[in-house]
Amino acid sequence: MAHPATKADLRTRLQDWLPKLVLSPSLAAMLVFVYGFIIYTVYLSFTDSRMLPSYDWVGIENYVKLWGLRAWWTAVINLGIFASLYILICTLIGLTLAILLDQKIRGEGTLRPIYLYPMALSFIVTGTAWKWIMDPGIGLENTMHLWGWESFEFNWIKDRNMAIYTVVIAAVWQTSGFVMSMFLAGLRGIDNEILKAAQIDGASNWSLYRRIVIPLLRPAFLSAFVILAHLAVKSYDLIIALTGGGPGRATELPATFMYSYTFTRNSMGIGAASAVIMLMTIAAIMTPYLYAELKEKT
Amino acid sequence: MAVAEQDTAVRTGRGTRIFIYGILLLFALFYMMPLFVMVANSLKPLPEITGGNMMALPETWTVEPWLKAWSTAQIGVEPTGLRPYFINSILMVVPAVAISTILGALNGYVLTKWSFRGDKIIFGLLLFSCFIPFQIVLIPMANLLGKMGLAGSIPGLVLVHVVYGIGFSTLYFRNYYAVFPTELVRAAMIDGAGFFRIFWRIMLPVSGPIAVVCVIWQFTNIWNDFLFGASFGGQSQPMTVALNNLVQSSTGVKEYNVHFAGAILAALPTLLVYIVAGRYFVRGLMAGSVKG
Amino acid sequence: MRRFIGRSTALAATLLATTSLAQAADVEVLHWWTSGGEAAALNVLKDDLADQGIGWVDMPVAGGGGEAAMTTLRARVTAGDAPTAVQMLGFDIQDWAAEGALANLDDVASAEGWDAVVPAALQRFSKYDGHWIAAPVNVHSTNWVWANKAVMDELGIAEPSSWDEFIAAMQKVKDSGRTALAHGGQAWQEATIFDGVVLSTGGVDFYRKAMVDLDPEALGSDTMKEVFDRMATLRGFVDDNFSGRDWNLASAMVINGDAAFQIMGDWAKGEFLNAGKVPGEDFLCFRVPGSAGMVSFNSDQFALFEVQDEEAKKAQAAMASAVMSPEFQSAFNVVKGSVPARTDVSDEAFDDCGKKGMADLAEAAESDTLVGSMGHGHANPAAVKNAMYDVVTAHFNGEFDSEAAVEELVNAVEAAM
Repeated sequence: MAHPATKADLRTRLQDWLPKLVLSPSLAAMLVFVYGFIIYTVYLSFTDSRMLPSYDWVGIENYVKLWGLRAWWTAVINLGIFASLYILICTLIGLTLAILLDQKIRGEGTLRPIYLYPMALSFIVTGTAWKWIMDPGIGLENTMHLWGWESFEFNWIKDRNMAIYTVVIAAVWQTSGFVMSMFLAGLRGIDNEILKAAQIDGASNWSLYRRIVIPLLRPAFLSAFVILAHLAVKSYDLIIALTGGGPGRATELPATFMYSYTFTRNSMGIGAASAVIMLMTIAAIMTPYLYAELKEKT
Repeated sequence: MAVAEQDTAVRTGRGTRIFIYGILLLFALFYMMPLFVMVANSLKPLPEITGGNMMALPETWTVEPWLKAWSTAQIGVEPTGLRPYFINSILMVVPAVAISTILGALNGYVLTKWSFRGDKIIFGLLLFSCFIPFQIVLIPMANLLGKMGLAGSIPGLVLVHVVYGIGFSTLYFRNYYAVFPTELVRAAMIDGAGFFRIFWRIMLPVSGPIAVVCVIWQFTNIWNDFLFGASFGGQSQPMTVALNNLVQSSTGVKEYNVHFAGAILAALPTLLVYIVAGRYFVRGLMAGSVKG
Repeated sequence: MRRFIGRSTALAATLLATTSLAQAADVEVLHWWTSGGEAAALNVLKDDLADQGIGWVDMPVAGGGGEAAMTTLRARVTAGDAPTAVQMLGFDIQDWAAEGALANLDDVASAEGWDAVVPAALQRFSKYDGHWIAAPVNVHSTNWVWANKAVMDELGIAEPSSWDEFIAAMQKVKDSGRTALAHGGQAWQEATIFDGVVLSTGGVDFYRKAMVDLDPEALGSDTMKEVFDRMATLRGFVDDNFSGRDWNLASAMVINGDAAFQIMGDWAKGEFLNAGKVPGEDFLCFRVPGSAGMVSFNSDQFALFEVQDEEAKKAQAAMASAVMSPEFQSAFNVVKGSVPARTDVSDEAFDDCGKKGMADLAEAAESDTLVGSMGHGHANPAAVKNAMYDVVTAHFNGEFDSEAAVEELVNAVEAAM
């Protein structure tokens, strides 16, 4: 899509360079603050840095130690559980709510901000509230008991096998509304003529959505996936505010692991190694997406 | 974009509609629950919280916690409440959001309408930067800010947030501009319009919806940031850091009602942005993300 | 001056805020004493310095028992912008001293005779390589039990003096349908209990061998297994709902009479006082049964960072001296619940529990039964401490039995060293 060649007078030459000039500060900042720092972290992961960065090379020792740590394995497995459930449930809820809201609902203007507002709050703010709601002694379970539903049980946050799912619930609460907006936007962008034509052909509502609408939402699915995946990998506040990594260390995620090794356990080398693994994971997820995204749009 | 508010043509029966409303309301309750807990408990005196049911409405209503959180609660050695930190947050958020949005718009414009060899790689590099976990940049960033003399200052914080905000703002604007008819840009070029003139006269006027999305996104993220604020804020700590100081005392008496009031106060600006701009949000997303 | 920026001059702040704004005679203090009482206590110090014409630039960062503040500190030091004074605990002080970042306070210390009045166990942290580098503010001790007197009286329980009596007492409470031991399931709270149980089971020598010297033999011994067995016994007296609970909500259970005992450091006293309870009448404080005469402590200190400017050095020395003044030590610790770091301060202003704590500290310092608390980073460095946390918490949550826990402890400590 190169713009048409024009006469090579000075002004045009300047015009030729202008776009790149405009782009260059962002690019420079990115190269230094993102890629420079990534290289720096990779370097640190091969050193014996403890409290402050050190530059004594120790080879792959940190990686060996890292993969020998039970806590790291827990964190990695937790991320697997958390990320897959989180992405799946957010997408499902988001899609369902979007489809339902798209049925000429009265009060849509009220419901939408209600679904969306959690995204506006940080977990420093909502963490305590969630912690209380999930706490069987003072929260939902207690309330249900007071209301006469004696057998109601909801003590996942205290159970080391279930606690990670409470993290999923709170995380879904925070972002599913946002995902809903993305799908709603996608739905509103679909040409109604297509739907009408299909209805005339006698398609049921169910098959209408399954066969026509959902495939048309592919871009929205992709965007949602990217946003959710990156939020999942970066999840930190959520864990700290909700469970503090507990019970025991049952809800530790790589982001909290990295922070604690780098900053509170004075093992910066191991922390850096875990950061590198995280970055590699993100790259592995992102590269196919980026590739597809960039190839398609010419 | 004329179809923006048009609903689907699918028809539903009466029973189905009741069912739909039921589900929608159920979810509304789920989303409102934490906010209810926070508001209800922020209006109770402390003994009622530690002794009682946190899901209950207050027996004695009081606004004392709100006043305390805003203006008299101890934040460090000063009994200032959250008020002074509010200003710090505003001073940080406004320039950071403005700069990152403008840069994002320009980048998106260049990447879609002035493409050149390697532009996709550059976009890929920018996009990947959205995904960097912020914890790892802390130490090198501190080092660099120190060398630039920006450590512990609001300009330093603005710089940090702009740098890590460009990725997303560029993504939004690029996807939005990608569907904008390139013919219009080309025609303007033939008419002799320059780079900025086209941006100013043709692109900007249609950028409203996506600008709303971008501003909401950036505002929320930057306002809610704690890690950078605590590390690089110095004496200009933003609201989140002050809130954290209020809420997280390890060995002192915990005034939960004041904590909740403070938490809501700290969240008010973002809530306001969502409620005021929320109606344009879906419209903006639609324009931006629908296409592939 | 910098404080002023935070408050008003909005525009000026954006234009001017740089690192060099603090006046030479100011001290910038990084700390996490942000709750009402603590901050009020710190104000005593601030006012004291103000009288000498020294400004106080406040830099509070709360969270995770100082973790957030330590992260901020690292960023500040890396940026070449270290605060003048930083609240710090145990091994962190030594680590920063090893980096050569701290100032030498020998002049003030020798002029005021700190060596004579600060217990040697504290000096272990306040001195590096024989030089004073930090001024200790207080001594907290962790092997305390807090008890609801009304509950004890009702059930006819006397203050237990041995472990077995303690268990019998808790059994009685449990039988009465109450929670025997109020506890919050967070790693540091479990480690706090662990301190007391190790002392009570193995005594001071064992504690030193295992927690301080990290002797693998002691760590893997039968005594350690007994310690874990006792932890498991305690676990049986905790309610089902303990996980993740804040310590002060656990204190509230004792205050309200829902629970009888809590094993917690002396900061818990503040919760009781705040609820209008009177020591000796409404609640009791005693050492974890079996550990009488021993004190496991942690101490907040102000580490002072190296500054170049002469004026700043003077301000720094003045601050160190003010921190160590008996008046401040008394005033601060009365509010904080801890006891003064110097043993020659009058106990007049303190309540019963405070007086007891001061007497215990003096006695323990005298008879060499004063040990650093593992749970609060005064027995071993951060990496080891956290490795121990992991095992203690996992065991308490039922992940290991005592035998496996002992084995795991030996391995974890070895891996962390």
